[in-house]
Amino acid sequence: MSTAAVQATTERPDNPNTAILEMVDVGKSYGNVNALRGVSLNVRQGEVTCVLGDNGAGKSTLIKIMAGLHDYTEGQMKVNGIQRNFGSPRAAQASGIATVYQDLALAPLMSVWRNFFLGNEIYKGPLRQLDIDGMKQIADEELTKMGIAIPDLERPVGGLSGGQRQCIAIARAIYFGAKVIILDEPTAALGVKQSGVVLKYIVKARDAGLGVVFITHNPHHAYLVGNHFVILKLGRVVLDAHRDELTLEQLTGEMAGGDELAELSHELRGIDPAKVVAPHEVQHGALDPGLSEEEVAELQSEFSDNPTAVTPRTPSEEK
Amino acid sequence: MATTATAPKGSATSRDDRVSTRSFTAILLSRPEVGALIGAIAVALLFMAVAPSFRGTGAVGTILYNSATIGMMAVPVALLMIGGEFDLSAGVAVTTSGLSAALLSWNFGLNVWVGVLLALVLSLAIGAFNGWLLNKTGLPSFLVTLGTFFALSGANLGVTRLVSGTVASSPINDMDGFESARAVFASEFAIGPVSIKIPVIYWILFTIIATYVLLRTRIGNWVFAVGGDDKAARAVGVPVNAVRVGLFMAVGFAAWFSGMHLLFEYNSIQSGEGVGKEFIFIIAAVIGGCLLTGGYGSIVGASIGALIFGMTQLGITYAGWNPDWFKTFLGVMLLLATLVNTYVKRKADAR
Repeated sequence: MSTAAVQATTERPDNPNTAILEMVDVGKSYGNVNALRGVSLNVRQGEVTCVLGDNGAGKSTLIKIMAGLHDYTEGQMKVNGIQRNFGSPRAAQASGIATVYQDLALAPLMSVWRNFFLGNEIYKGPLRQLDIDGMKQIADEELTKMGIAIPDLERPVGGLSGGQRQCIAIARAIYFGAKVIILDEPTAALGVKQSGVVLKYIVKARDAGLGVVFITHNPHHAYLVGNHFVILKLGRVVLDAHRDELTLEQLTGEMAGGDELAELSHELRGIDPAKVVAPHEVQHGALDPGLSEEEVAELQSEFSDNPTAVTPRTPSEEK
Repeated sequence: MATTATAPKGSATSRDDRVSTRSFTAILLSRPEVGALIGAIAVALLFMAVAPSFRGTGAVGTILYNSATIGMMAVPVALLMIGGEFDLSAGVAVTTSGLSAALLSWNFGLNVWVGVLLALVLSLAIGAFNGWLLNKTGLPSFLVTLGTFFALSGANLGVTRLVSGTVASSPINDMDGFESARAVFASEFAIGPVSIKIPVIYWILFTIIATYVLLRTRIGNWVFAVGGDDKAARAVGVPVNAVRVGLFMAVGFAAWFSGMHLLFEYNSIQSGEGVGKEFIFIIAAVIGGCLLTGGYGSIVGASIGALIFGMTQLGITYAGWNPDWFKTFLGVMLLLATLVNTYVKRKADAR
């Protein structure tokens, strides 16, 4: 089977405690903006490393550096102990780092199996013909292994649900011999049940011996599966702790910025509850029937905060 | 890797019971080329009804030749469109290629074949330049190739006048190698009562090769991906920039072929030719089911689109209509075909 150079990668280190991916004081600046400063991070085999952070904390920049989309401007990134600067996503993949992006990197109009093997197509014969049957079979097996049944692999990916697409992307990354798999907010757009399915795959990938980097802003999801937590804030690491050193409350607190949350709740408490209309006083839809338009207009000006609560009666309703 | 006849569809229990299997007609109708095929049959029937000479075997050769001159270019243009890009310079690039071969071999007294090869290098270079500029600037290909379109059409006129003092290249039919080159690019043979010009063969050959590459090779997979979502393609390791340059060079190659055919068919090239042809290639591709946004389409469809053009061109003449109306007819055809394509596709996908 000839599946490109992706599988021709270096051996896994014997010691499972060795970091596969190690970042030392990595920084990235876009012009005069320092998106990332002095970030140190270790991704080990068989561990889920959760990277948490609010919007704009630098999570995306961190992923892009690991995935080879951007190069870093400071510090060092080591893969299997060797310093690397990835010039392209292909180079990162060749070192065993696969990324499942938020937008999943699936071409919507292409069929499931074509997407599964995109960039790593299997071909055979002197004409380098695509081995379509073989690829369909593998795609089907791998997806069934992950518990997703897609009845028609010829269907375009654009017509599948968000969870199905996520699973295709994860199954693809695992199949192509990734040693580190980076998941960019995989549960952000999913429902409760589908999030659970995705979290299950994360555990499966971890148990398969992969180093998983799980990027999220949901501490509950992170705490369910994570071994190691890193919180980013304004481009810096503010917390780097093992699961044993942390409770979910602490993690949530740290993530929300502790003091800031207290401040915010204090601020919110200051809002005068009397200004808020009590729920039972507001009836949505038609109010009292038999009001003329003038009366409605009068009421509306009084309830100007919530004009939809009062609607004039239409002639048809009078019958 | 050993292959099995059909891919197993997983165990029955793991199937999603909301999805039933699709009927054969639905699968057939969801092919991109079906709209073009319906259009081609309609056009053929129309002209067979109104123009008696359209029915004769003599018309077949002419129709195929007309279609081939468009189809040879429509094939790579369709590939390019599936890859998500336009090439507005495709029409004048044909003229540039023919002119450069003629001017180079005539003015330097070279063997015609040397001029032909130099023209190939130039045509590929123009394609590569288009692709490179697109990758480098990140501008839409519409703008980039609009620029090359004007630059080339100006250079065609300017250089020809500078070198030969007229608006056409000098005839090269008495030069070394002309006859053999003519045999390759502009010969003619008969199959029974039908006389076939060689571009028809090249057209069919291009269609087969391009279809094979698109549907059965990894490069074809990459073309679909680059057109469908270039960021996604790049993220999974598809060499997006190389694919784009390659596609533009394929257009360059076909432009060289068409240019050589014109040169050896007519012995010389008019420097103002080719303007407006680029739209005809694009229309043929769109009639054939290519999406303007890329990522979807068919080479066979584009060839059928070219066939519709060939039939219309000749049909209007044979029916005794005023050929002034040709372009109006084209415009209506384009709109109808696109509407039929979207309608059929939506219906088929909904089943």
